[in-house]
Amino acid sequence: MSQGILVIVEHNNAKVNRISIEAVTGAQKLAAATGQPVYAAVLANDCSAMTTELSSKKLDKIYAVANPELADYTPDGYTVALAQLIERIDPAYVIVGHSYQARDYVAKLALRCGGALMSDCIAMNADGGNLTLTKQVFAGKFNADYSFSGEATCFISLQAAAYNADELESGSASVEDFAVNLNKSDIRTTVLEKFEGTKKDVDLAASDIIVAVGRGLKEEANLEIAEELAKALGGDIGASRPVCDDGWVGADRQVGSSGQTVSPKLYLSLGISGAIQHVVGMKGSKYIVAINKDPHAPIFDIADVAVVGDLFEIVPKLTEAVKAAK
Amino acid sequence: MKIAILLKQVPVKDATLELNGDGTWIDEDDVQFEINDSDHYGLAEALNIAKDNDGEVTVVTMGPDRVKESIKQALAKGAHQAIHINDEDVKSSDPLTRAKIIAEAVKGENFDLILSGLQSDDYGYGQTGVLVAEMLGMPHATLVVETEINGDKIKVKRELEGGWFQNIELPLPAVLSIQSGLTDIPYATIKGIMMAKKKPVADVEADDLGVELEGGAFKLEKIYTPVKSKETAVLKGDADSVVPQIIDKLKNAAKVL
Ligand SMILES: Cc1cc2nc3c(=O)[nH]c(=O)nc-3n(C[C@H](O)[C@H](O)[C@H](O)COP(=O)(O)OP(=O)(O)OC[C@H]3O[C@@H](n4cnc5c(N)ncnc54)[C@H](O)[C@@H]3O)c2cc1C
Repeated sequence: MSQGILVIVEHNNAKVNRISIEAVTGAQKLAAATGQPVYAAVLANDCSAMTTELSSKKLDKIYAVANPELADYTPDGYTVALAQLIERIDPAYVIVGHSYQARDYVAKLALRCGGALMSDCIAMNADGGNLTLTKQVFAGKFNADYSFSGEATCFISLQAAAYNADELESGSASVEDFAVNLNKSDIRTTVLEKFEGTKKDVDLAASDIIVAVGRGLKEEANLEIAEELAKALGGDIGASRPVCDDGWVGADRQVGSSGQTVSPKLYLSLGISGAIQHVVGMKGSKYIVAINKDPHAPIFDIADVAVVGDLFEIVPKLTEAVKAAK
Repeated sequence: MKIAILLKQVPVKDATLELNGDGTWIDEDDVQFEINDSDHYGLAEALNIAKDNDGEVTVVTMGPDRVKESIKQALAKGAHQAIHINDEDVKSSDPLTRAKIIAEAVKGENFDLILSGLQSDDYGYGQTGVLVAEMLGMPHATLVVETEINGDKIKVKRELEGGWFQNIELPLPAVLSIQSGLTDIPYATIKGIMMAKKKPVADVEADDLGVELEGGAFKLEKIYTPVKSKETAVLKGDADSVVPQIIDKLKNAAKVL
């Protein structure tokens, strides 16, 4: 019978990523509910900085998987190495943060190990011995509960902030080196250069007021009504990704997981649905007003003021009222 | 060069969705469907690659009869042919089962390149491309925003976190999951729409592929409206009644006026 929870820990510049600390926190909570040990695995050419960082956490063991072929992440390298570790430990659960890296290989790893992955979960619940996984569906409009059955290992990736890293339990953990059989010929992709995208002209992180526009604006010509409102409020224009993809505004105005993270005094969104990738970039705003015609729009879940209505009717009048109030 | 684009049909982005009676799916009655967002970019990239490399694009779509409409659209935009995997009652919501069906359906076609969108706007598993690659023994890359064929290799630009990018190279045949962004989405022309009618669509029954359709490791128990964690003032009504209330909040709560 498989036993234990293995967390695969991601790192950048010799530091454990926050999303992995959240995953460890989630694993600790699942462990408390199921009475299982928690292990962490670090993959790198040199694991020492990360294993040292993790050794003061409440973990039953840390596996250091060091190999020159793991200096750069590749889906083949990680899959071959982790499949060997998972065969040895035979965990009931494998937990990772739902990062870009996890998106790239964890489904493949699960399949290679004869298991299966539920991706982008926001909660794990093991009450009564049965595991229920919750994830957002329909771009956040609804939640879905999934049960898991079978003897195989259950792989789970957790959405950013699904668990609170501040609740991580401390302890002391031993480190075990795990040697893997991994050769250059196992890796089919060649990693070339890494580079930063275009430099930013606007720094939305410094804005006090952001009027953010989404695809609900329908077409580029309608940007004007948002710009007028932004001008009246003395704020800057921000945008969801599709608006930037379509080139209505520059990519440097994109808010979200692949754009900027902002926390203005006022975030006023127009025709943005509130997909998680957008929300992670703006949920720290002090005050959020959202205008959307769909009463189920997930942006309303995090808004202070939810205005259910047609932005084309409301915004021009709002602009006039703001001017009058100033 | 033989290129496949795995294309999914999902509810239109603007639809106000309601749940069905037993909370296992949406109520499809008044809902329109369209091609999934990132799949548009996948199709665009497939067409670009085909144009530059004397290629042929096959649209592969699984779903009930309604997906024929999306197939027609993709053909009108320039895809050459299609495979419709007919799954009338969308039997399994399990990501692995769905990928197995697709892998079985495309296995014999020996594609040089299989493209998919990064994730769908309904279940949003984001696993299909990666799983199909593993099932067919092909290398893959996800979050791809640019591609360049170099002989028997393909160089791709991948989006990373925090505004970074990475170039990697893969041997062909390969599977790529395409992220939204850098290419322009093609429009269907009148000529394209006319030509689409003559393009071949192969019908495959999901039931005939030898994959166990029901079950799978994960079972969808229920779909429901999430419970809100934050206190929100909900303003409804016509513009003249909501605007003064918004102004009041901007003044007294947000304190920006
Ligand atoms: C890996 C990854 C990274 C991503 N990174 C980002 C990111 O950094 N930032 C980002 O924003 N997205 C990002 N996305 C995309 C994200 O998942 C969503 O697709 C995107 O945020 C949706 O943008 P939207 O809300 O403008 O569009 P939609 O989801 O199409 O929403 C439009 C909204 O407008 C409303 N509307 C329509 N007409 C009106 C009207 N007349 N009046 C009022 N409301 C109206 C609709 O009800 C709807 O809610 C990413 C996705 C992935 C997979």
